[in-house]
Amino acid sequence: MNALTLTLIRLAFLAVLWLFVIAAVGVVRTDLFGHTLSARQQRRQQRQQQRAKPQRPPRPARASRGAPHQMVVTAGSLAGTTLQLSDQQITIGRANDATLVLTDDYASTRHARLFPQDGQWIVEDLGSTNGTYLDRQKVTHPTPVPTGVPIRIGKTVLELRR
Amino acid sequence: MSAVAQPGQPGATVGARSGPPDAQPGQSAPVAVPRGRRRTELIMLAFAVGVVLAAYAAAGLGLNGKVPSGLAGYGLAFAALVLAAHLMVRRLAPWADPLMLPLAALLNGLGIVMIWRLQQSGHGGNPGVPISTMTSSTTTFQIAWSAAGIAAFVAVLVVIRQPRTLQRYTYTFGAIGLVLLVLPALPGIGSEVNGARVWISIGGFSIQPGEFAKLALAVFFAGYLVSKREVLALAGRRVLGIDLPRARDLGPVLMAWAASLLVLFFETDIGTSALFFGLFLVMLYVATQRTSWLLIGGGLFLAGAVVAGKWIPHVHERFQIWLNPFLGNRPYGSAYQLVQGLYGMGFGGVLGTGLGHGQPYVTPLVQSDFIITAFGEELGLTGLMALLLIYGLIVQRGLRAAVAVRDPFSKLMACGLAFVLALQVFVIVGGVTRLIPLTGITTPFLSQGGSSLVASWMMMALLMRVSDTARRPAPQPIQDEGMTQVVRTG
Repeated sequence: MNALTLTLIRLAFLAVLWLFVIAAVGVVRTDLFGHTLSARQQRRQQRQQQRAKPQRPPRPARASRGAPHQMVVTAGSLAGTTLQLSDQQITIGRANDATLVLTDDYASTRHARLFPQDGQWIVEDLGSTNGTYLDRQKVTHPTPVPTGVPIRIGKTVLELRR
Repeated sequence: MSAVAQPGQPGATVGARSGPPDAQPGQSAPVAVPRGRRRTELIMLAFAVGVVLAAYAAAGLGLNGKVPSGLAGYGLAFAALVLAAHLMVRRLAPWADPLMLPLAALLNGLGIVMIWRLQQSGHGGNPGVPISTMTSSTTTFQIAWSAAGIAAFVAVLVVIRQPRTLQRYTYTFGAIGLVLLVLPALPGIGSEVNGARVWISIGGFSIQPGEFAKLALAVFFAGYLVSKREVLALAGRRVLGIDLPRARDLGPVLMAWAASLLVLFFETDIGTSALFFGLFLVMLYVATQRTSWLLIGGGLFLAGAVVAGKWIPHVHERFQIWLNPFLGNRPYGSAYQLVQGLYGMGFGGVLGTGLGHGQPYVTPLVQSDFIITAFGEELGLTGLMALLLIYGLIVQRGLRAAVAVRDPFSKLMACGLAFVLALQVFVIVGGVTRLIPLTGITTPFLSQGGSSLVASWMMMALLMRVSDTARRPAPQPIQDEGMTQVVRTG
């Protein structure tokens, strides 16, 4: 094998290695700045969304049955947090020892608690300033929480999931 | 004052709700859609496998002008291995960063190719002399360890579904880390290789427990600092514009310093001790945001290093080799390895000699500590820069996950893990290029050695788990709340 071929192989390999690095940096770039959709892709996405919208059935309020297994935060600064439910009660508030510590100006230090009783979860307001809402109803006494019904505490919304 | 408005009631909404992004007609700005990006990962993985196979073919052509006969077999095995990892990531961490796996796979693959190339030198009519510290099964072992590493990667992803769960075992991991650190110093099972006691041998297997101690201690420091950081961030006296911590809070940093010095004295291993102390310092700094900790820790480390350089013969010799490797008879004696590594990289120049054309086999232990010089010789500065950039990208993705994740424990842990990877690469690459005194630690993913490979893959799994948690989109409410929102009325 002559020297020219060997040089070409050597340079080609370095080029491939650098191409990989550049491709990786490209992936980082799209991660930082988002993915730019071309006009055709945008139209396609719109069409898909339009098609999808009427098909999506309005979810019934108590669609999920059975005992809930986790509590998810769906809105507020902690959105995305999930807690696995055990047989322990969950305290919610701004206090440091709460199970779910909120950093929310509209929440009280000890705002509310959730506890299991006879196989269902009960929400109880602990005398908070702004109140606890279970699906638009203000919680005035310990109330059972069905799965998938939002509990609003200040700006935070949580719900139980199976 | 605030009240709750009923549906349809006008009012300025305060509580911002994150709904699905509505595509508005004619919108042309970049749309950041949360995506798992597993397809990108697959494409990059295929690219990585392609680069590794190209390296393998090029090394064979360089050695004896023939494409190696095992190309298809080894290529398929490697591709199957990384594909398995990818499929498990699809199942177990669908939102994880798309780059970590391909980058790690590329480094691992290039390491295997280089070890194969070194093992081939002097055998079967190939140029060079056989390397006495390698056997004919070294490459096979490295491939087997890669498989074990990927298995460990999957196992970590299976066991740890939420990085937060590790926080419960903070002190358990602390104890495990300490035991792993101390094990090589014990007389029964510890063994000394090349002047450093970092090995233990159990039933014919040699393990470097320090590699795993790194991971355990990163978890321990994260858990410990999350609970103690408020105290450690308290300011004491102010000297020269820097808030010094209170004297009574110096305990933990002195403990970590003492522990790393003990490792230095009893295992005569500068690399490991620098790695642990550096890890603790940086995590302390990240947790408390106080520059004074870095200054205090850096001062302590320098003091320890100077004392060790004077009093521990092994460390003293390393310092002398670092400062004057070409003095007197050293290039043929104590500094032989370092000098040969430097000559090798010089021989490679900017573009390298090409895979299979250099003489990396001259450097002793080139397959483990000095593998970077082999790459420097055969791929040149250009190739070495690419490798360092790949390490840099892994570290960047790790730090990115740390920035994005919400939970402070996962944040600190990911930050510590990403940093310790960067520090390890710095210590070994800085050592072989004579920027800092040479210490024998492995180059993550590249070097020959099972412990290092498995530990590095486990670290990747932890980082990907954190990144998966960080990038997972917030759950959508099952029941739409309608227009119930907090409004300001007064």
